[in-house]
Amino acid sequence: MADRGRLVEVRDLVKHFPVKEGLLIDREVDRVRAVDGISFELARGETLGLVGESGSGKSTACRTMLQLLKPSSGSVRFEGREIAGLSRRELRPLRREMQMIFQDPYASLNPRKRVGQIVGDPLRLQNAASGPALRRRVQELLERVGLSPEHYDRFPHEFSGGQRQRIGIARAIALEPKLIVADEPVSALDVSIQAQIVNLLDDLQDELGVAYLFVAHDIGVVRHVSDRIAVMHDGKIVEQGDADQVCERPRHEYTKKLLAAVPIPDPREARERVRSQ
Amino acid sequence: MSEPLLAVADLRVGFATEGGRLQAVDGVGFELRPGEVLAIVGESGSGKSVTAQTIMGLTRSANTTIEGSVRLHGSELVDAGEEELRRVRGEQIGMVFQDPMTSLNPVYRVGSQIAEAIRAHRPGLSRQETRELAIELLDSVGIPTASRRVDDYPHEFSGGMRQRAMIAMALALEPEVLIADEPTTALDVTIQAQILRLLADLNRTRNLATILITHDLGVVAEVADRVMVMYAGRVVEEGNLDEIFYDPRHPYTWGLLGSLSRIDRPRPRRLPQISGAPPSLIDLPQGCPFRPRCPHEFAKCTELPPLEARVPEAPHHCDRCWLDPGQKREKRQVQGRIGLEAPA
Repeated sequence: MADRGRLVEVRDLVKHFPVKEGLLIDREVDRVRAVDGISFELARGETLGLVGESGSGKSTACRTMLQLLKPSSGSVRFEGREIAGLSRRELRPLRREMQMIFQDPYASLNPRKRVGQIVGDPLRLQNAASGPALRRRVQELLERVGLSPEHYDRFPHEFSGGQRQRIGIARAIALEPKLIVADEPVSALDVSIQAQIVNLLDDLQDELGVAYLFVAHDIGVVRHVSDRIAVMHDGKIVEQGDADQVCERPRHEYTKKLLAAVPIPDPREARERVRSQ
Repeated sequence: MSEPLLAVADLRVGFATEGGRLQAVDGVGFELRPGEVLAIVGESGSGKSVTAQTIMGLTRSANTTIEGSVRLHGSELVDAGEEELRRVRGEQIGMVFQDPMTSLNPVYRVGSQIAEAIRAHRPGLSRQETRELAIELLDSVGIPTASRRVDDYPHEFSGGMRQRAMIAMALALEPEVLIADEPTTALDVTIQAQILRLLADLNRTRNLATILITHDLGVVAEVADRVMVMYAGRVVEEGNLDEIFYDPRHPYTWGLLGSLSRIDRPRPRRLPQISGAPPSLIDLPQGCPFRPRCPHEFAKCTELPPLEARVPEAPHHCDRCWLDPGQKREKRQVQGRIGLEAPA
């Protein structure tokens, strides 16, 4: 992996939210340690799976890494440059390098905008294209994610969940970023559609060489897409390593518990498991 | 075999919508016996939830046409009066929904919501008695220190505890049938495992008949006795657990089984997928509704196949596919496992 070069390096990242009390003067009485000192690295073109249950801090970790939330402390280096603590203006040119795909394809697309505008917005905002060139580029992007160029003038409500997720992906790859953070990108989709989206993300990685931070609670999907996996629990990464190794030979108790709870779609093995417990 | 508790026959539910009339459920039938767990598997729009809601009389409206029969202990529910349905709901059939966050009222204490459900059906009980019953119920579904937690508000409960409270409420009047619509979908896997264990226990100790609606074949494998696979409002395959998992006869079932990412197996380079998307119910393809997505389609598929047993040795394993059993055994083998087609 070292030969591919390091893209992101996160060191001792902390995000605490103060719990305040008091009528006139807010006193900080406690802290929610949402992200409590995590470190990980991401190489170019690599996929790191971040897995954990609700409340484990995985979404906060992503947002803090991307500087959408201000870190309480710690360092985030992107291509060797420290980005923790940069101002919004300083971050702006970096935004084109890091994009995000969201969980809910119903809530993450503006219902009043046409698909062409949704996918074209990042290009417009970063002055990457305009006029007819913009339209052509957007139509190319739509085709690349398995939609049709004719979808340009449609509204999000005219699409199914899987197609909406494709629109979100087209928007995310518009600026050919080096990093995409995908926060539960398939968990709201039907089973037969999940595989389509996972395979699409896989193809795009091959074509564009983009690195993914793939966040999900479903360790089965995470293992399928990831080169390495980090397991998060109570704001900390309790285990990280090669994807197959973490799943086949987990070391931490929590990882073991998480793996044991995944239902196995095989009745004979499920019965075997009940008997051995 | 004992008498069926619940017998659904040729159930058809149609909705008049702005876009046209659609048949959400088209000829669904099954029998449920005491202590049995029937899983209904399908994607959004397959008609699985509408089937469950219609059994409970929850889909009745001016825009709905309901045909067919739902018999509980032999008495018809489809044309039953509201009064009778109210008695059936809760007392004979309990229901648990997917989202425990929205099914509890946030401004009432958990215990009083359970007590309210009990008092509506048992007006003779005193406040003290229903409260004690609520505590007992919460305790029976594994809420620790139930006598204290009974006075909590829903927001003081975790997601798993809320789903337990919902199950407690559904079981308050000791129904014989429990309908659980995606009961664990909103929960974390470790909590899901606890809830599934609880449902399996209740099933055993109370001889509770359960209809489990889910899209997760892992969940099905852990708890179901029989499985019904639905697609576009119709049952495309039904059989017992082992028949569906080890001898699936419908290409859609192959696709569902093939697209699972299993953590107990080496991972394939690509996930086998089912191409395309489920059809619009307003504009169904002619013949088999799965035809446009099926790589094994042939001329006969423009005619709708009947749901029937095709192998005499397995009279209760039925499917809706024209391929003959020999072809099916051959075509479902993809790279040494069951699947719809080799990944591109």
